[in-house]
Amino acid sequence: MTMPFYVPAEQMMKDKADFARKNIARGKALVALYYADGILIAAENTSATLRKVSEIYDRIAFAGAGKYNEYDRLRIAGVRHADLKGYSYSREDVDAQSLANAYAQMLGDVFTHEIKPMEVEIVVAELGTGQDSDRLFHIFYDGTVVDEEGFTVLGGGEVEAIIERVRQSYEPGSPLDEALRAAVTALAGPERSLGAAELEVAVLSRSNGRRAFRRLSDEDVAAMLERGEPAAPAAPEPAAPAPADETATAPETEAGAETSGEEPGEPEAPTDG
Amino acid sequence: MTLPTFRADDDPGPSFLGVLARTGAVPVWADPGAQATPLTHAHGTTVVAIRYADGVVMAGDRRATSGNLIAHRNMEKVFAADRHSGVAIAGAAGPAVEMVKLFQLQLEHYEKVEGAQLSLEGKANQLGQMVRSHLPAAMQGFVVVPLFAGFDVRRGTGRLFEYDVTGGRYEESDFAATGSGSLHAGTVIKLGYRPGMDRDAAVDLAINSLFQAADEDSATGGPDLVRGIYPVVATITAEGFERLGDDDVAEHFRALLDELAAPRSTTTAATAPSMGGGDGR
Repeated sequence: MTMPFYVPAEQMMKDKADFARKNIARGKALVALYYADGILIAAENTSATLRKVSEIYDRIAFAGAGKYNEYDRLRIAGVRHADLKGYSYSREDVDAQSLANAYAQMLGDVFTHEIKPMEVEIVVAELGTGQDSDRLFHIFYDGTVVDEEGFTVLGGGEVEAIIERVRQSYEPGSPLDEALRAAVTALAGPERSLGAAELEVAVLSRSNGRRAFRRLSDEDVAAMLERGEPAAPAAPEPAAPAPADETATAPETEAGAETSGEEPGEPEAPTDG
Repeated sequence: MTLPTFRADDDPGPSFLGVLARTGAVPVWADPGAQATPLTHAHGTTVVAIRYADGVVMAGDRRATSGNLIAHRNMEKVFAADRHSGVAIAGAAGPAVEMVKLFQLQLEHYEKVEGAQLSLEGKANQLGQMVRSHLPAAMQGFVVVPLFAGFDVRRGTGRLFEYDVTGGRYEESDFAATGSGSLHAGTVIKLGYRPGMDRDAAVDLAINSLFQAADEDSATGGPDLVRGIYPVVATITAEGFERLGDDDVAEHFRALLDELAAPRSTTTAATAPSMGGGDGR
């Protein structure tokens, strides 16, 4: 018979939190923010099939960062929760608040009772009738819920820096393309630039009818990113002259965009995927 | 409500009915101890679907009956199942509406969980399974017979499906009708159908068929000009399910009534229909 070593509760919690944080930081980040007509969620994601952002219900979206199989399980549980609730009561009775609480319960339970905490961070976004009734619930690996105001950043190793960059370039009431450019510039940072193929973008838009969730296609994303692009084309390889002649003199150069002169081959460095 | 989670070997996957069954929320219409009654035909309705050049038009009357009484004058029997398909119902109203609600939820649930829509064929089969699982209740008299139609985005054409009480699924190439007035409606469509009709012709034909069915079948409602209640008519094309506005339907009915009233023999002209019966004898 072996006696288990005594481990103080503080130490155990700290170890679990460190473990979860470390692994979540290895993934790629995403930004959710309010724009004029709803909520935009932009994630850095090279896969076109393994989604980070998805639809939960008519006006509720979900986004996860960290370990794919774990947040995907949470996503499906959320869809079931919402559909069951809408079926038993009414579609109007499905709200992000109760869903966020249910997620928090589950993540909190796993964090305290299981050997391994879930290595995920999620956001539940709900579209209201106007911007002041829009909601962003950011839920952490230990079940902590934060009711975010305006925008939130999750996942990735440099959350603080991204938050700072969003704060600098983002204005709450801006149109979709400006909000998207702010989000993407913040995700990319000054060192590199992100193209449509490396992004997964979806919106909850008030003009979409009952089901407010829509994914933006790569073409849409590329067009929106291009509109704000300064003269220098981001992709150095194709020798084609920049097609957007009219916008060449567009004065809205973002802070970091101009200095991005380097090859897009190297900058993956700090994250080891 | 806590989050519904399941063990990996007991996971319902993208099936919303599976989730319902595991959480004990599945609706039960049949009483297992009750005596079976002979199967009756789906009653009290006429719904039709017609294929035309751009897709399918679906239409259904608005009357619900309870015995010899008219229970509702403005009941809806044609619903969007999802963006590219529609379902129309005939039979016992309660279970039928519930079945539509579940079917709509099931399609949306699948799409959200799997991240992709079911194929049109898959949707038709899904509905067939729901009708089949309803058979015990149908044996006790609560018959539900739906009609399913949609635009198959993979093949680029409209398609329509009929069902029987056992969940048997039959694809029709041109048109389908179900409900107590389906015999009359079906005959009208059969005589008036032309391959590759345009939208207006298809809507006219659907409306004509419902009018004639209402003329012969007491459980099918005709256009209610007094209250302004008209059958529900919807088209399903590549652009999706679109319900025609009441004004639009009224316009088509007016054209039909003008046509029916005008070039008739003297017998009809002599006894011109008067709605209120107020114009002296």
